[in-house]
Amino acid sequence: MSLAAQVIDLQKDYMLGAVPVQALRGVSVDFPRGDFVAIMGSSGSGKSTLLNLLGALDRPTRGKYIVGGRDVSSMTDDELSTIRNEKIGFIFQSYNLIPQYTVLENIEVPLHYRTGYPTIGDREQQRIRELAEMVGLGERLDHRPFQLSGGQQQRVAIARSLVNDPEIILADEPTGNLDSKTEQEIMEMLLRLNREGRTIIMVTHEPAVARLAKRQIYMKDGVVAGEGVFPG
Amino acid sequence: MLNLLRTVQLALKSLMLHKLRSGLTMLGIVFGVFSVIAMLAIGEGASQQAQKQVLQLGATNIIVRSVKPPRENASAQNQNSFVLRYGLKRADYDLLSRTIPTVLQAVPIREITKACRYLHREMNCRIVGCTPEYLDMNNLELAQGRFISDKDRREKTNVCVLAAQAAEELFQFNDPIGQSVKIADRRYAVVGITAAREASAAIGGSMSGQEFNKDIYIPLETMRVRMGDLDIDRRQGSFSAEEVELNQITLTISDVDQVVPTAGVIRESLQGTHKSGNDYSVVVPQELLKQAAQIRTIFNVVLGSIAAISLIVGGIGIMNIMLATVTERTREIGIRRALGAKRQDITTQFLTETIVLAGSGGLIGVLLGLSTPWVFDGMKSVATRFFFESGGGSEFSEMFTNLNPQVVPASLPLAFGISVGIGVIFGMYPARSAAQLDPIEALRHE
Repeated sequence: MSLAAQVIDLQKDYMLGAVPVQALRGVSVDFPRGDFVAIMGSSGSGKSTLLNLLGALDRPTRGKYIVGGRDVSSMTDDELSTIRNEKIGFIFQSYNLIPQYTVLENIEVPLHYRTGYPTIGDREQQRIRELAEMVGLGERLDHRPFQLSGGQQQRVAIARSLVNDPEIILADEPTGNLDSKTEQEIMEMLLRLNREGRTIIMVTHEPAVARLAKRQIYMKDGVVAGEGVFPG
Repeated sequence: MLNLLRTVQLALKSLMLHKLRSGLTMLGIVFGVFSVIAMLAIGEGASQQAQKQVLQLGATNIIVRSVKPPRENASAQNQNSFVLRYGLKRADYDLLSRTIPTVLQAVPIREITKACRYLHREMNCRIVGCTPEYLDMNNLELAQGRFISDKDRREKTNVCVLAAQAAEELFQFNDPIGQSVKIADRRYAVVGITAAREASAAIGGSMSGQEFNKDIYIPLETMRVRMGDLDIDRRQGSFSAEEVELNQITLTISDVDQVVPTAGVIRESLQGTHKSGNDYSVVVPQELLKQAAQIRTIFNVVLGSIAAISLIVGGIGIMNIMLATVTERTREIGIRRALGAKRQDITTQFLTETIVLAGSGGLIGVLLGLSTPWVFDGMKSVATRFFFESGGGSEFSEMFTNLNPQVVPASLPLAFGISVGIGVIFGMYPARSAAQLDPIEALRHE
């Protein structure tokens, strides 16, 4: 079983004013390809820090994070950008679409930052349309985010996360701002992606959402407190 | 680098998001660029005007003119006389024309302003007593008839040649040739009319150019016989009399290179005969040309600095807005970083926006700058209507209304280039500070 990503004894220290804080104190998890993991934990448990590290938005103080066969922990800022662009798809709680762009343009954004800056041609445009249709927004390609509902915005974000065909999809409370009906739609979409073979790592504090994942990891005080299948 | 066309396109999109803000920010650059072009155009127009006037005086000419000395000195000299005696003497003319080998010809003139009359029409004209050479020396052209001849001088005939405006005002629809004009109670037969021409450069300490259009030319000898050297001026209870033999001697020099040395010789010779030294002036058009060039340089430096300051102010305005934009769009920066944008990409994005902003401002400014002559014409008519009304034809207003700005072609790309440069310089800091944001912090920003 090949691994999509792997963290080995990951540690992260912060300086909170003058006080050093250990946000992560040695986390080791394997993420096999096709996995769907829910990371749970109360605030301050280190799950956000772990997500930032998994998203290559930050470097660990100690330990290793291997994604796509490469160790991210000692990469330069530019290399981290490339990893985020190629290997990771982000889905945020607050959607994080660019307000002045249309649906199509929002999905297009990661394509702008590909290595070597290849031109965005007809093939890419075609792919963007397919993704928009896949998430059910084929009718709203030219709408701007403020013209869309929360669920629709999140679907744009899902399409955007897929445009560069990443190794893993990181979802940070993807349904946190949605009502239960829309929550279900979004979760079904994620489950479908997972069935199609995508590796998904999702942070959530809602047990009902976490239950839908293949397995759950519980964080507490910067370490993995428990791991297993709900209700473990 | 990002795909250039797409980057510019997206920059425009972001700028269009805040149309009013972008427009107002651009205004600073618009006016900066406009003022650069306009100031250079005005400077160029002024210098062309000066050059044209100086050239009309003749590059190989030296002009020696009588100047009325300051009152205190004059009264000290002529304590026992009502009559103010000053200026060039006929002896000076003989001295200059005969003793200096580089002088090809010397043309003496005497001018008096007198009322002239034809039928019931009267106007004040400058009566110029001159010789036949006067015509060529001042680049005047005849429209009709002939000019003063040597025979007229010898015989001291009562003939006159009218300048264009004088002829028009006195005779209107009649043909002046063969008619006679009454000047100081004597009749002079009109034998010719000169064509209208533009005024030449100011000489003899006066700011206004020499106007030739209200002149009446008569033979110098006739003038001496009929009018004498004494000019009595009575008006409103005051009375003054001046005795001047010659008002001006124009000397043509054999070679352009000899003009400046000859001027030195002339100044020295005249110092011998005019002890006070303040009742004449020597004007060398070539020197005026040099002066004009110097004035132009000063002009350009001063106007250029004003334009530069307005451009810098515009640039600061842009920088201010871009800093605000970066703060406002911190979240967007975080999103882009999360989606794979490198620091350089963020810098490029914001720098492009600033350059597009400044560049479009520059473009509008260039278009405005092209309209400088029309804008200036508008200013002229407003200024003439409201400010120069009382002054009538004051020297300054004359200079102002005769000024025609010339847009310097090179100033257009220059000004546009500067506006883009301003975009780069003042956009660099906001763009870099955007790029330095921590992606995690930026994403959390509300």
